[in-house]
Order: sequence, then C-alpha cells, then structure tokens
Amino acid sequence: MLFDKWFPDNISTFGGEIDSTFYLIFYIVGFWFLLTEGAIIYFAFRYRRRKGYQASHLRGETLKQTAWILIPGLIVFLLDLGIDFAGGHAYNKVKFDKPPSDTKVQVMAKQFDWIYTYPGPDKEFGTEDDMKLEPGDKNHGLHVPINRVVTVILQSEDVIHSFFVPVLRLKQDIIPGREIPVWFEATKEGNYEIACAELCGFSHHTMRSILFVHSEDGYTKWEEKQRLADEAF
Amino acid sequence: MTDHNVSEDEFQEELKLSFWYRYIFSVDHKTIAKQYLFLGLTMAVVGGFLAYLMRSQLAWPGKPVFGWPVNEGYIDSPHYNALVTMHGTIMVFFVAMPILIGAFGNFLIPLMIGAPDMAFPRLNMMSFWTMFLATLVMIASFFVPGGAASAGWTGYVPLSADPIYTGVNWGLNFWILGLALEFVSVLMGGVNFLTTAITMRAPGMTLFRLPLMIWMQLSAAILFMLSVGPTIAAAVLLLLDRIVGTGFYDPGQGGDPLLWQHLFWFFGHPEVYVILLPAFGILLEILPVFSRKPIFAYHIIIYSTIIAGFLSFFVWAHHMFVSGMDPRLSLPFSITTILISVPFAIIIFAMIITLWRGSLHFSTAMLFTLGTLTTFILGGVTGIFNGSPAVDIYIHDTYFVVAHFHYTLFPSSIFATFAGIYFWFPKMFGRMMDETLGKIHFWMSFIFFNLTFLPMFALGMGGHMRRIADLSRYDFLKPLQPTHQFITVAAIVMGIGQIPFIVNFFRSLFAGELAEYNPWRANTLEWVTISPPPHGNFETIPTVYHGPYDYSLPEIEEDWLPQNQPIEESLLSTLKGKV
Amino acid sequence: MNRTSITMENHEILQGRTDIGKIGMWWFLASEVMTFGGFLAVYILYRLASRGAWAETASHVSVLIGSINTVVLLTSSLTMIKSAEAVDNENRNSVRNWLGLTVLLGILFLLIKATEYFIEINHGFTPLTNPFWSFYFALTGLHGLHVLVGIIVNLILFVMACRGTLWPNIQQRVEFAGLYWHFVDIVWIFLFPLLYFQY
Repeated sequence: MLFDKWFPDNISTFGGEIDSTFYLIFYIVGFWFLLTEGAIIYFAFRYRRRKGYQASHLRGETLKQTAWILIPGLIVFLLDLGIDFAGGHAYNKVKFDKPPSDTKVQVMAKQFDWIYTYPGPDKEFGTEDDMKLEPGDKNHGLHVPINRVVTVILQSEDVIHSFFVPVLRLKQDIIPGREIPVWFEATKEGNYEIACAELCGFSHHTMRSILFVHSEDGYTKWEEKQRLADEAF
Repeated sequence: MTDHNVSEDEFQEELKLSFWYRYIFSVDHKTIAKQYLFLGLTMAVVGGFLAYLMRSQLAWPGKPVFGWPVNEGYIDSPHYNALVTMHGTIMVFFVAMPILIGAFGNFLIPLMIGAPDMAFPRLNMMSFWTMFLATLVMIASFFVPGGAASAGWTGYVPLSADPIYTGVNWGLNFWILGLALEFVSVLMGGVNFLTTAITMRAPGMTLFRLPLMIWMQLSAAILFMLSVGPTIAAAVLLLLDRIVGTGFYDPGQGGDPLLWQHLFWFFGHPEVYVILLPAFGILLEILPVFSRKPIFAYHIIIYSTIIAGFLSFFVWAHHMFVSGMDPRLSLPFSITTILISVPFAIIIFAMIITLWRGSLHFSTAMLFTLGTLTTFILGGVTGIFNGSPAVDIYIHDTYFVVAHFHYTLFPSSIFATFAGIYFWFPKMFGRMMDETLGKIHFWMSFIFFNLTFLPMFALGMGGHMRRIADLSRYDFLKPLQPTHQFITVAAIVMGIGQIPFIVNFFRSLFAGELAEYNPWRANTLEWVTISPPPHGNFETIPTVYHGPYDYSLPEIEEDWLPQNQPIEESLLSTLKGKV
Repeated sequence: MNRTSITMENHEILQGRTDIGKIGMWWFLASEVMTFGGFLAVYILYRLASRGAWAETASHVSVLIGSINTVVLLTSSLTMIKSAEAVDNENRNSVRNWLGLTVLLGILFLLIKATEYFIEINHGFTPLTNPFWSFYFALTGLHGLHVLVGIIVNLILFVMACRGTLWPNIQQRVEFAGLYWHFVDIVWIFLFPLLYFQY
C-alpha cells in the first residue's frame, strides 16, 4: 500500500486494522485536502485582479448561497462518522474484545529501563519458578512465542512511561500505582525494538528494549535456559 | 474610570505626559498593544532559537552546537528536555497569546468599534506589565540551579511533581509561577475586551455589524476565562506537591497522576482555540479587503464559532486516548471531536468561497493570509488521524502529532501574525512596509516551513517518538537521521528567511513611506481615522450605518464603502434593508 | 495629577456607568467559579473514590468551630449588604460603619481559622497526614487567601469612607466589593458542608 515503506513491518494480528483505518482516513481527508487546496489555487489564479473586472457582491446570507458551505459541512460530518465507526471497530478489538490468554508477562518500567517478570512453566506469578530479567541480564527483553495471545501487565515504579512496540502497533502509557494489561499476538519470528513513548526524565531516550518473538520450540527452549540461569543464582 | 471630572484644559495638560507615562506606563490601548507586540516578537526569537538548538542536536547528535553557551556546545539530554519544554511553553504562552490577543486585540477592539479607548485603561496597563513580569520569571528559570523546567510544556506528573524525577527544582516552580502570572494577565485583558465591546460601541454599531475580528477576540476571551480555572487549581496542587510535599498526584500517598492530565487538557484544548480564533479574525479581516468582496456567510461564521467554542469544552480527553484512562471514555470523546471539526470546516469553506468571483490583490498581507489558510488546512485534516482512537494508539507521542500541531499552531500564531502586521502596520505606525521585502519574506517562510514540517509526518508514521534527545539509540530510527538533517537545514533557512522581515520592520518604522489614513481602501472603522490614530482615536465618534464588508456594492462607483458612510436609499431596498 | 489618557468623550461615555464595573467583576468571579469549582470537583471525586475510607480521619474537623466561622462570614455578608444599602440611601456614616464591621468580622474569621489550624496541627493533622487533610488545608487555605484579599479591599474602602473620598464618584465600588465578598462567602457555603460533614 501507499505508505508501506514508511510504516514499520506489521507483525500483529490487530495491526492490520489499525493500518487500514489510517489509510481510510488518509483517502477521505486527502479528498478534502485536494478539493480545498485545489479551489484556493484555482480561485487565486482565476480571480486575480484584472482591468475592467469587478468583484461580485456576494454575501452568503441566503439559503441558496450558504448551501455551498452547509452541505459540504454535512458531508464532512457524515464521513467523519464513518471514520469513527471503522476506527471504533479496530479500537474495540484492541481494548475490549480481549481474547483469552494464558501467556502473561509482568513489565515494570522505571527510570530508565525495563524489568520483565515471567511466571515460568506453572504460569503463576509469585511462585518458585518465576523468572526475572533485569537490565544487564543476558537476552534482557520481552520473550514471547509466535502466534499466541500474550498479556503484558504494565507497571511503573516512578513516573509515567509508555510501552510502545511499533511493529505490533501497540502503545500504552504506564501509570504508577496501577496495573494496566495489554495484549497482542505476534505473527512473525524475530527481534524487534521496544521504546518508551512518554517523556520520563533526562534519559527517556535510552529506554530501549527488545521484543524476542520465538517459535514455539524456541520459546520452550528459552524458558528452560532462563529458568536454569535463574536457579543458578 | 477617572477619579474626578476632567475639564478640557486639565485634559490637554494631561497629554503633555513624561516619557515614562507616554511609553512605559501608558494607558493608551495602542501603546499597550505595541508593547505586547514587541514583547511577543522578542520571545518569538527566543523560542525560535531554542528550536534551532533542539534541531541541531537532532540532526547531528553529540556534536557541539554553535550558540549553546554551556558544556562546550554539547547539548546533553537534561538540557534537551528543558529546551523542548521551554520552546513549547514560550511559543504558546509568551508569543502566540501576547501577540494575537495582547497586541491585535488591544489595538483593534476600540478602533474597530469606534471607541476612544478601552473601558479600563489602567487595568489594561497592568495586564501588560503582569505579562512582562511573567516573561521575566520564565526567563529567570533558565538561570536558577537545576535549570529550566524539563517535563514538557504539558508538565505531566509525577515527573513534574517531585524534583527528584527531573533534577529541576526552582526552574519548575518558576515555570508554574510564570504561567500563573500569564493567566492573570490574560484574564485582566479579557475583562477589558468584553466590557469595552459590550458597552462602548459607537452609535449604530450593532452586534451584527461588528467586524469578525471582534467576535473572534470576544469568543477567545470567554473561552479562556471559562477554561483556565481548573488548570489554576491543578497548578496549585502541583505547587503544593512540589514545595510542601503533599501527594495529590502521588499514588504512593493516595493521589492520581491522571488527575493532572484531565485538569490540564480541560484548559489545554480550549486554549488552542483561544489562539486560533484571533488568528482567524486576522484572516477574516484581510480576505474581504484584498478580494474586494464581503466575507462569505458572516452570520454562519459567527454561529459556527460559538458552537465550536461550546464544543471545545467537551473534547479534552482526545489527548488522553492512550493515557490509561478508562477506554470506554474514548468513544464519547471521539464523537465530540468529530462534531467540532464541522464548524471549523464550515468556516474554512466560507473563507475559500470569499475568494470566488473576487478581484484578488496579492499584497504581502494577502499572501500570508492565503499561506495561513493553505497550511492550516493540512494541519486540520491531519487532526482527524489523531482523533481516531485506533490510529492514535500508533501515532500518539510520535512526530506525527508534532507535525500536526505545528501545521495548525504555526500558521495561526506566526503566519497570521505576519499577515496582521503587514496589514495594520500603516495604521499602527503611520508608515508603509516595503512590499518587495515582504514578498521575499513570505516565500522563504512558506516554502521552508513546509520543507521543515512535512517530513515529520513521515517520521511519525515510522514510529519516531517525541521528545527524544538522541535517536541513535534505536536501530529503527537510525535510517531517519538524514531526514532530521534535512529538516534542520530547512528550519535554519526558514529562520534566515525572517531577516527580510526584521530589516523591513525596523527600517519602515523609521524611514518607511508615510501612510495615508486608508491605504488599503478598507471599510472598518480603524481606517476612518489618521495613521497612527491620536489619543482618543477619533476626532468625533463615528456613526455606523451598515456592516463591515460592503465591498463592490452594486450601483456604487467605488468598490468600498466605510462603515460610517450611509448607503443610498435605493440601494438599501435592493439589499432588502439587511445591513 | 490625573494621568489617565481617556478623552473627554470616553469619560462622558463612562461617567456614571456602573454597569462597566459590574461586568468586570462578574467576569472575574466567573473565572474564580471555574477555579474553585474545578478544585472542589477534584476533592469530591477523590472523596467518592475513597468509598468512605476518609470518614475516620475527616471526623477530626471541628464542626463547632466551622459552624461559628460560617455564622461569622454570613454575618459579614449581611453587614456588607447594609453598607451597600447605605450607599443607595446616601448615608455616609452608615456606609463607613457597616464597612468597618465587615472588615472586623472578616478578620475574626481568619483568626478563628488560624486557631483552628493551630489546634489541628497540634493534634497531628497536617497537610501531609493524608489526602483528606491535604485537601482540607489546600481548600481552606486558598479560600483564606481570598478572604484576606477581600478584607484588604474592604479596608481600603473603609478608609476612603472615613476620609470622604468615596464620594461623589466612586461610591458604587462598594457594590463591586460586595459582589466579591459575597462570592467568597458562597465558596465557604460549599466548603463547609463538603469538608466538615460526615460521609
């Protein structure tokens, strides 16, 4: 599509809908943009002052005349409603129709890094097999299996941060004092970047992290290795 | 109000005022307007300089920046964050508002309504000096230990609520104080505007014969007055958290960080219309004069403005879709956001149709007017992307937003200002500006403005976050480095393009061609008196016979008719008496 | 020397137009309503969200002292009305007396408030104790500052009334000051039940 080379890859199940909402808006506002700018340029040329030409005294106070701005106004309204509808569908998918998920990770944001807590094979937090990945640890980052719904529980130790994964089209501000869950399902293996997207202090620009999307096998292997590494401590 | 009756003799005596009372502590609205103008333009240079510093760091991260006085020219990230914060704060509160409201509002309202001055001249003077004090406090914040505020112009908590998070202590307290003083100044100005417009209109100047600039200034004043209160409350809470150690915003003490966002944006959104409406006012005055035809749909423009103003109180949380607030709030706020785009679209359409069948003269003022209109349209339509919660998930806090608001705020606060200056300079200073320099200024500003900010949409679509002091940390941003360099060069050239304006402005001030009373052959009352107008504005208060945009009336030889000249009986019946 | 630069005509337009001062005062009061309104809305929301958890600590405010202060402030509004009445009746001595009484009552309010703060702090309730007390001190403190400004304004008018300089032109300023003073009173009428009653 038009902006494919500007958008990062999309590896998220709901990313496509977000992107297509973007395109929908682009085509609609693009139409208004061309119409209005075109009119301005055309009028500027066509009605530049010339000898012998008198401007018309048009006030735009009768219904016949004001229809020229009221009807376009109505069309703007209707098209905007359509945009709201389409976008609403995508938004509901992300925020409300949360699919069931048994793969959970706790992400703690702080000035200026991320701490990941995995529940381990028993899938319960607060048990012996929990694994914590702290800044400086090997393979520090968010490890998830491909094609599985993952729930990330976002927390902050200090100020507002924001969990932003461009390739997932996922962004959620993190408020201290709350636990905010987000979900996603990654559709492609690989390593991708995570960024903090809310000014959080003087080293905000260094809050980079990595999303590791493993194959099913790869994920199990990683979990094993990680548990052993944790136990070694 | 005066304290006692003044006789004619005493009054003439009064006029032999000392330098201090004539220029510094003047109570003449025109002098006060010029004070605001000079203050705002000076702060525009400061704000622009801060932007230059930021852009240099972005384009060539880690390289010393020419003009940065500390640290051997290296801009480290705490300083970068302070630059970002103060650039935004200064541009919104110390450039756009003093110029659009303080300068244009003060200068034009009494003149356009046919009044000798404002209702409360001494309060007017106090409002300027309060703004001046506020500006000093803001500038002082750069020089205190810890430096200037660095939590963004939006000042989100807890980052701004505890000095430990930013390392900035008194700088942020000064930031809050400076803003509070600025709010007081604008409130004082607003009471003058409203009272004057309601009680001191010339005979015959009914509400629907007022120039649209007046309607816009009044709407902006009312919007500001009604919306700023909760933010003042928020600022009081913030100050208490910072200085006394309360926990209004600290979850550890039972507070809520989102509270600040709600209270801030409740004001923050109407605030952008407080800036936009006077800018529209400038466009709406210039368009008819250089099209030689009435502004199209005068009444509808007024009604649309009122509706938009009302709606603006119900859209604020569209700045908070991703904030962690209850997602169920996103739907109602996106609906109100949709609704508010309609009246503004109607106003834009009306401006465009004003050009149709006109006789267009492309003076510098008209060029800047059209430049404002064309760039604002792009800004306006890109707002739709942000207003959709789904898309906002991706583009929130990216350069897409930065591009959107520069495409709306920059035209309204800078281009419209230039349009207004080129248009009213003859009236303000009694001299003409040079049109050639003006046109060079326009094209350099217009072209390089677009080259600077258009690429930022692409940056945003690539996921480039805001307020990032050094993008080289991220692999996915590294390919965008050349774009940043392009933007910075374009911005610097745009800055250089302001030199023709500075030269033009000052040279014309002292050596410009003397201006007659109505060089543009315009209808509104400010053009009825000499340039510049004397104390008291009019030798005799004019009487108004018709609306402000009766250009190219049929059956009249001249294509203009000042408001204080009556329309012929025969013509009145053709116009069905609707004047 | 009168250094206003208003022309004769401007002066004629403004002469005796009390509606100008009133519009100005209403404008200012409208913005104050939004400020205090915003502040109170925040307090109410927080208190509701606490679901009764604040009731225990909030019970330590003294309804007795609060009630006394309410009576004091309401009475001062009454005396303010009387002084505005006296302006209409052109009874200069009355104006002066009622203004003086208003000032005294205002000062009394602040003294009682200060004593109340003193007692509360001695019992260990400070702005830092918990959110309820943060709001209590912040709201009553902001209100108290407004009372202080009102006292100063009324004091100035009282002195002018004593000296006779209120007349012949600016006696209507008593009415404008009255509007402000009533507003301050009304804010207290909201603060009192919201802070002092049990929920």
